[in-house]
Amino acid sequence: MKDSTKDFDDLEEDIMTNQELQELIGSWFPNPAYEKESAAAVEIEAEEDTEEKSAPDEIIDPSLLEFSEEGSQFLNITVLPEQLHSLMSLLKSNKETHFDYLFCLTGVDWGAALGVVYHLESTTHRHSIVVKTQTPDRENPTLDSVCDIWMTAEFHEREAYDFFGITFNNHPNLKRLFLTDEWEGFPLRKDYVDEINMVIK
Amino acid sequence: METNTIETNFKSEEYFINMGPQHPATHGVLRLLLTIDGEIIKKVEPDLGYIHRSIEKMCERDSYQQIVHLTDRMDYLSSNINNEAVCLAVENALELEVPDRVKVIRTIIGELTRISSHCLWWGVMGMDVGALTTYFYGFRDRELINDIFEETCGARLTMNYNVPGGLMFDIHPNFIKRVKDFIVHFKTKLPEYDRLLTGNVIFHKRTKGVGILTKEDAISFGASGPVGRASGYSCDVRKHHPYSALDKVTFNEALKTEGDTFARYQVRIQEMWESLSIIEQLIDNIPEGEYRVATNAVIKLPKGEYYQKVETARGELGVYIISKGTKNPYRLKFRSPGFSNLSLLNHIAVGGKIGDLVATMATLDLVIPDIDR
Repeated sequence: MKDSTKDFDDLEEDIMTNQELQELIGSWFPNPAYEKESAAAVEIEAEEDTEEKSAPDEIIDPSLLEFSEEGSQFLNITVLPEQLHSLMSLLKSNKETHFDYLFCLTGVDWGAALGVVYHLESTTHRHSIVVKTQTPDRENPTLDSVCDIWMTAEFHEREAYDFFGITFNNHPNLKRLFLTDEWEGFPLRKDYVDEINMVIK
Repeated sequence: METNTIETNFKSEEYFINMGPQHPATHGVLRLLLTIDGEIIKKVEPDLGYIHRSIEKMCERDSYQQIVHLTDRMDYLSSNINNEAVCLAVENALELEVPDRVKVIRTIIGELTRISSHCLWWGVMGMDVGALTTYFYGFRDRELINDIFEETCGARLTMNYNVPGGLMFDIHPNFIKRVKDFIVHFKTKLPEYDRLLTGNVIFHKRTKGVGILTKEDAISFGASGPVGRASGYSCDVRKHHPYSALDKVTFNEALKTEGDTFARYQVRIQEMWESLSIIEQLIDNIPEGEYRVATNAVIKLPKGEYYQKVETARGELGVYIISKGTKNPYRLKFRSPGFSNLSLLNHIAVGGKIGDLVATMATLDLVIPDIDR
């Protein structure tokens, strides 16, 4: 069983700290606030990343990316729904971040808004990150699907659609997963009421 | 000429067939909608929800102690590891350091749970491909583990032995001796498993080269546990994010590169050896001390988000808690290993035969309550 042992020490060196991740992701987009802090460093990185930056169709407005580490063990990025897909493809395709493993996709009812939380990990660098997005439209919430980036998203997004009613654009097979097609309402929303089946304190 | 006419008139037709929800090979109430052309599978679509209890919604009204009990009913074959996941998440959030004794006992019982789950899987795997004897052998050894659990915590399957802060009560005085006896017993039985099934030519023909999953697809589909490791994807949470006493033991991560049904089989057999080795390293070194740290009767987690991952017998279980500082979680999500592993079934079964689908499903080791949380 020679091949069953693996040297994990090599992997450890690749781990990027949250600070490094934030700087790198921030450097993909021309953020004026960031440039003031370390203008020289950004210039070098920007030159290197020119090829990758030309890839996304939409240009992400950096002022709308929000980084936070408060109250969480991961680095959290909050992004607007319109920019979600371009940010996600960059996170996967960039060699330095290479977030190829979407290990958790959670629908959340924030009260005023409906959102999705994506937990990402890189299997080569072993660093993790959390991406959050939300839409204030409770009647007809729509987000872009990330099925084309991570195949596991197909089932997870169906689950989020089933319980929160979030519609995902470009999803290949978006329909109820656990509940029947005739089911009315979305049970994991906070305002869902089912007088027969739910025990309400 | 006549025969030719008949042949050209004979058209192959795709048709649609139900497998489950009461089909024995689906291991529970999983319904698969199969589109097949003769014996060849064109599409597999799982129909879920037959036993969905919405545990995540129930968690939003329950206290953290109550949530631990609900997790037993998800992956009931790894019940103790599920309990541990929630307890670890709560303890991390409270920044509560549990005694070393608790960590070691949790790890030993977790590994015993893994062996017990793999024993059941091995028995059922043999039965699925037509070897009924394995079922009795697997269950015989699993009973011994369940007896040990019963003596220590009173339950055989849904154990509820972990509580936030430690264990519900101390181990039974016989525990150490019985675990040691089991190790001696099981070390003679594992080679028997190999003699009975692993080297069997018919078994090889049923499993080798069937249901191949590449490493890239395994990662993209979020495969974890033995399913991911059989494709050469190093995904053992015990190695990468050690919890409890797992950072104090040495063990090898069972890795294979073939990615077929037989590789998944071999990984689980190898894992039983590794689990035995982990238990052996710890069983003589259970530290003295308290078995529980007192917590408040009403646990309130500080405002924030907490994620805890553990390695159950089926793969990576994630517990994601969003707390707003109250006694109930605002949102609690279980990332269950079976859910992601099921999602890749269509990918690896298409193009194979119905018989291959049964063998492939057996090595995915699905537990339906884990998927229908």
